[in-house]
Amino acid sequence: MSAQLLQLICFYAFAAVAGISALMVITLRNSVHAVLSLVLTFFSVACIWLLAQAEFLAIALIVVYVGAVMVLFLFVVMMLDINLERMREGFIKFLPVGIVVAAVMLVEMLALIGVRAMHVMTMGPDPAAAAGMSNTAWLGQALYTRFLLPFEIAALILTVGLIAAVVLTLRHKPLTRRQNPGDQVRVSNRDRVRVVKMAAERPQESES
Amino acid sequence: MLSWNDILILLPEIYLVAAVCVLLLMDVFIREEQRNATHWLAIAITAITGFLVVTGQPPQGLSAFGGMFVRDRVSEILSLFALISVLLVFVFSRPYLKDRKLWHGEFYVLTLFAVLGVMFLVSAGSLITIYLGLELLTLSSYALVAFNRDSRMSSEAAIKYFVLGALASGSLLYGMSMVYGATGTLDLAHLHATVAQTDMPNLLRFGLIFMIVGIAFKLGAAPFHMWLPDVYQGAPTATVTFVASASKLAAFGMAYRLLSAFGPGDLLHQWQLMLAILAVLSLVIGNLVAIVQTNIKRLLAYSTIAHMGYLLLGLVNASPSGYAAAMFYAISYALMSTVAFGVIMAMSRAGFECEEIDDFKGLNERSRWMAFLMMLAMFSLAGVPPLFGFFAKLLILKAAVDAGMMWLAIVAIVAAIVGLYYYLRVVKVMYFDKPVEGVEIKPQGDLPMRWMLSLNALALLALGLYWGPLFTWCQQAFAG
Amino acid sequence: MADLLFHEVLIPVLLILAIMLPVVLTVAMFVYWERKVIGWMHVRMGPNKIGPLGLFQAFADVVKLLIKEVVIPTNANKFLFFLAPLLALIPALAAWAVVPFGQGLVLANVNAGVLYLLAMSSVGVYGIILAGWASNSRYALLGAMRSAAQVISYELAMGMSLVCVLVLAGSLNLTAIVDAQAGPKGIFDWFWLPLLPVFVIYWISGVAETNRAPFDVAEGESEIVAGFHVEYSGSAFAIFFLAEYANMILISFLAAVLFMGGWLSPFPVSWGWIGHGSILWLFAKAFIFSFFFLWFRATFPRYRYDQIMRLGWKVFIPITIVWVLVAGCMKYLGWVTIGG
Repeated sequence: MSAQLLQLICFYAFAAVAGISALMVITLRNSVHAVLSLVLTFFSVACIWLLAQAEFLAIALIVVYVGAVMVLFLFVVMMLDINLERMREGFIKFLPVGIVVAAVMLVEMLALIGVRAMHVMTMGPDPAAAAGMSNTAWLGQALYTRFLLPFEIAALILTVGLIAAVVLTLRHKPLTRRQNPGDQVRVSNRDRVRVVKMAAERPQESES
Repeated sequence: MLSWNDILILLPEIYLVAAVCVLLLMDVFIREEQRNATHWLAIAITAITGFLVVTGQPPQGLSAFGGMFVRDRVSEILSLFALISVLLVFVFSRPYLKDRKLWHGEFYVLTLFAVLGVMFLVSAGSLITIYLGLELLTLSSYALVAFNRDSRMSSEAAIKYFVLGALASGSLLYGMSMVYGATGTLDLAHLHATVAQTDMPNLLRFGLIFMIVGIAFKLGAAPFHMWLPDVYQGAPTATVTFVASASKLAAFGMAYRLLSAFGPGDLLHQWQLMLAILAVLSLVIGNLVAIVQTNIKRLLAYSTIAHMGYLLLGLVNASPSGYAAAMFYAISYALMSTVAFGVIMAMSRAGFECEEIDDFKGLNERSRWMAFLMMLAMFSLAGVPPLFGFFAKLLILKAAVDAGMMWLAIVAIVAAIVGLYYYLRVVKVMYFDKPVEGVEIKPQGDLPMRWMLSLNALALLALGLYWGPLFTWCQQAFAG
Repeated sequence: MADLLFHEVLIPVLLILAIMLPVVLTVAMFVYWERKVIGWMHVRMGPNKIGPLGLFQAFADVVKLLIKEVVIPTNANKFLFFLAPLLALIPALAAWAVVPFGQGLVLANVNAGVLYLLAMSSVGVYGIILAGWASNSRYALLGAMRSAAQVISYELAMGMSLVCVLVLAGSLNLTAIVDAQAGPKGIFDWFWLPLLPVFVIYWISGVAETNRAPFDVAEGESEIVAGFHVEYSGSAFAIFFLAEYANMILISFLAAVLFMGGWLSPFPVSWGWIGHGSILWLFAKAFIFSFFFLWFRATFPRYRYDQIMRLGWKVFIPITIVWVLVAGCMKYLGWVTIGG
């Protein structure tokens, strides 16, 4: 048993977990469980990437998808009261269509893999190792030199997403009372307390 | 490696990004009643970018960022006309948006970001740039379609657009990944050089099919046209004007960049055949279904589908003259649709969307000039000589005949004759029907809008009479 | 085969235990220390009955918790109810793998150490969210929601401040980051000085990430009883407790490693033996930082929820973004000396 074999076993184990958990995403009845299966899928895929020496991508997958995106997703799913039974009604009706699409996809994937298998292609040399630096450093240099333009366009897409989200959801409700922390900090005791000079006792007028 | 040369080539895009950021920030700090500043600044930005596109460039095929970005005549012409149509959208839509309390600075920002996406898309030299440019364009468009967020129709249209658009992007990306798997390159020029000697033709063919599905979705060609009528009907007309003009130029640019990489060779004939089928379906479905429409925005949506069929006919030819004819057609369609939607916006007012064809009854008695402009747009769309649309159709038919696809040309002619019917119906309603009692229709809009609209409509006439230079320009773009 | 098992399995397991056991023991003593310190600050005695000076109090607590019954609420999702504490604990312990205790004294000297830490700290929130949801209790759900929003918000500020560190150090490897802080000037060569605002933000975000006072709205005993772990008892509760304290100690160690020169001595190397780096320096620094956690808890009133969000999004994130630029300029213009 060599280290390579161990790696192969690890690969198949993670791949199996990824496959099974991906199946569970669409078959589990409880939507929270389904989201958690998706998290598990991401996690196993990240592990497979780690095996392929793509450490930056693997950890970025966990930080971004597992750590942020899926947390918000879970947040929403927990808040919504989804009626699963009703959603499943259409399942049988559209099953044939789904099966056809899945079969087509399967044939294509097989064609893809089959073609690959016929022309045994070894993976090219690891560019990071060739350049003598870590995977992350190499990726960073590639992103900021060769792929600078796509990188910047992707940044613009995110900006548009941000603007669109604000435009479509921010509402200025005139009746909402909102706090202005600046005003709160600037407040002085004169704004809140009025010191009044008055006699210690009420004038005795009622007696007369 | 980045060099000054790269920056110079990308100057219009870089200027546009910087200016839009300034616009976005400025709009945050101004008051509601100062919004005119945003409006005019946005128009100025569009005009300056157009100026930079036309003047700043050396004439032929320059690429920047290691081939990711290509600046040639094609990208120059398409960018220029996209910017012109955005300029028209801005001028036409101010009164419309004002009336509906939709006049926010973000409309300008998102539209400018969308046109930036168009510019990247039509100048793409790599599959990555195509995909990212497309996403920039469509993401902005989704938000613009949903812009009237209190309207159920608008939200519904946005959701449909979003879901189907995401599907199309997915299909495109899936196809791209297969092409990359088969050839090992993302660069379009490199792809063009190596695609003939691939040893995995099947994989490449699958990839091509998926990419064509993506393109057809974006063009709105049948049978991938389902989103189009709902979006046209539901979205604010200002947005529709953009989607019908600049987006179509972008879709043509994308189709050209992607498909021209897959030739010459075996694959060329295959995508030609696929496009021919799409073209016939679009022509038939678009023109036939348009006949029964009562809503003019829906009618124009189906007419768009039909027009995309003609555009595809030009692409089917797959020769410089065919591409030139298709580009000429895309430009003519963009300019015609801005007029049609401009008139619809001019006739609508707060609380009344001039959307039904019946609303146009007797328009001639109410406003001769508006009726005349609409008539020009309709005749041009129908392809009546001597308007712009006629020559665009003629050149497309010529390209189809030259390609030896007589049957396609015949289908196109029959479709054009069917199409004539529903365009003429609008004209008939305007000129020969009595206005509906109680419906007060007056052209709205401010002075800049009316002038610009008239200019735009008269341009259809002028370009129809004098189409030579523009077509020569288009031909030159593909000649080199 | 046996050789492989020995090198690939047995040795790593032993090393892991060599880190895990001290961490768990430290947590136990840290709990005692917390009660003692807060007691002194409140002018009380703190625990003093069990063992000399009350030193065995923590162990007595552990035994008590372990023999208590774990009550499962009706209609709770049993599987997730038990999974949640484990999901909270595993990342809190797994993060220790990349912490360097000295030159070469690290379990996994990975290149992307800082990223790994960020990943682990972001995964830890699942334990809290699931605990809140699986308990089938409104208080718990409220606590979980608050915690999720808070942790995600402060993770951004924390991540951006780590970006400043790695811009200066030019590496994501924690050992390399410490090495980059070495220099003739001792304490003035460490990153806290050029990155002072970011250092403060890192520390405050660290307090918020661990849901400790004054950011402990997720527990908020005066509003939502005990937040996400209101339904937990016995050993399940003990695991949450362990995870929280392990995280606190981890954040303290990281503050020492990232900004305070790790195992390096605060005195210049030229001063002889006292200027040499040692693991004791690291422990001393981490001890001071962990003391801050307790000091904060005894001093500050709890933040209001909207104030927490405002601080994170409108103050910290903008400052860190600006400081990434500043750090880049410092590095580019050579204002800071890296690695002596």
